[in-house]
Amino acid sequence: MNDRIARIIGPILLLLALLVGWEIAVRLTDTATWMLPAPSDVIRAFKDDWRLLLTHTRVTLSEVLIGFGIALAAGLITGIAIDSSRIIERALYPLLIASQTIPMVVLAPLFLIWFGYGLLPKVLVTALVAYFPLAVNTVDGLKSTDRELIRLMLAMGAKPGQIFRLAKVPSALPMIFGGARISVAFAVIGAVFGEYVGAKEGLGYLMDRSAAMFETPRVFACIFILAAMGVTLFALVSLLERIVLPWRRFTAGST
Amino acid sequence: MQPPLLNISNLTATYMEDGQHLVALENVNLQVQPGEFVCLIGPSGSGKSTLLDIVSGLFAEVEGTVEINGRALASAQRPGSTSYMRQRDLLMPWRTALENAALALEVHGHPRKESQRLAAARFAEFGLAGFEGKYPAQLSGGMRQRVAFLRTVLAERELLLLDEPFGALDALNRSNLQQWLVKLWEREQQGVVMVTHDVDEAVFLADRVIVLSARPGTVIHEERISLPRPRTRAMLTSDAFLAHRAVLLDALGLLEGDVA
Repeated sequence: MNDRIARIIGPILLLLALLVGWEIAVRLTDTATWMLPAPSDVIRAFKDDWRLLLTHTRVTLSEVLIGFGIALAAGLITGIAIDSSRIIERALYPLLIASQTIPMVVLAPLFLIWFGYGLLPKVLVTALVAYFPLAVNTVDGLKSTDRELIRLMLAMGAKPGQIFRLAKVPSALPMIFGGARISVAFAVIGAVFGEYVGAKEGLGYLMDRSAAMFETPRVFACIFILAAMGVTLFALVSLLERIVLPWRRFTAGST
Repeated sequence: MQPPLLNISNLTATYMEDGQHLVALENVNLQVQPGEFVCLIGPSGSGKSTLLDIVSGLFAEVEGTVEINGRALASAQRPGSTSYMRQRDLLMPWRTALENAALALEVHGHPRKESQRLAAARFAEFGLAGFEGKYPAQLSGGMRQRVAFLRTVLAERELLLLDEPFGALDALNRSNLQQWLVKLWEREQQGVVMVTHDVDEAVFLADRVIVLSARPGTVIHEERISLPRPRTRAMLTSDAFLAHRAVLLDALGLLEGDVA
């Protein structure tokens, strides 16, 4: 119990200490607000612009969630397809890896040309960034199923569907959750990047515009929101994992 | 007359290794009567485990026939007709002891709830009462093996195939589980084919011990064990036990070339 409190309080104290140090440093050196705002300036930006920040947060959050949802569905489907057949694996796996070598910097402007300034190109960038860890971890997770367990089930007379449902899916879930945690953090970065390339709304757009007008406190406010969004989504996936996989607490090497 | 529970005739099996055809089993003939406990012993590489894989339908024979309960079954028809237990317990780490024990019933089409009710009814008898909700990672090796046994027995097949079920256990656990298995079997009277490399274990448990030769494996000796039932630890030092043991060790070639 003490350990748990220390784990929550520790990072909060450290963060507070950093913020206080930052505040003091800015005041002592008399740094201009447009150059580096003090935490108090950022808090003021939150107070003054909360309506604006909320509107743009909503946009970015929906891009992240939709993009992640698409990546999750696509990742699971391709993962299962690759695991189910050697022919599909041979055809699809190299393409999957090659797709990761195309930099997003190149793709995002193309999406802009094809799909315009709306939600779609951002969702696509987000989904593409989040897709890879999910797909690869689904394949690896399904393949990690104990071969002897599969043979035991075959000897029981289990149908392929039963082996998939009772042995392969549960074996794969820990790795799928691992992929989902990485993906959800990537998704936030993907959405902001998509907005940077060309957008009319969203936190990435707001940061870009605010920086151009030297509204630096607002830029920092956006950064804080994005960090909080990433951490919260990561924590939600971890929480879901604990609920869905209660047995993980008892096996060695679980996190 | 009742047909034998298992009737293997003229069985030959080969497998590929490093691009070469190796003969694992050659012209094996073996019968198991209903309710009989048969142990298979032989040097490693004699194809004991392959024989169980063939009976369970995991591995296809090249020649010969396998009849179960008087019906000749091709290898693709055999899965599900026996209950197989391997040396590793193969418990699913994400299932509780109860859910693991119920697995074979579920695979055979019983509803989940009913499978677990049937499994729960036998937990005490297997020395597992109170551990229903524990995950395998929370159980000792001996306990896990009991859960695996329960899963095997609950499959409700007349023929159990046991591949060195005590192989991974320490001596004390092993001896306890052997006694426990012998009691269980004397009540259940299911047919058993058990692979072991331990001659003492074979004599203590079996009605009949079959000795396989080194590769290609073939039956070189059959020993009917004359010890009465129920079997007790005290028999381990009886003259009859030692006589059987000597014959089997000789058949395995382990008495030759003794260093004086």
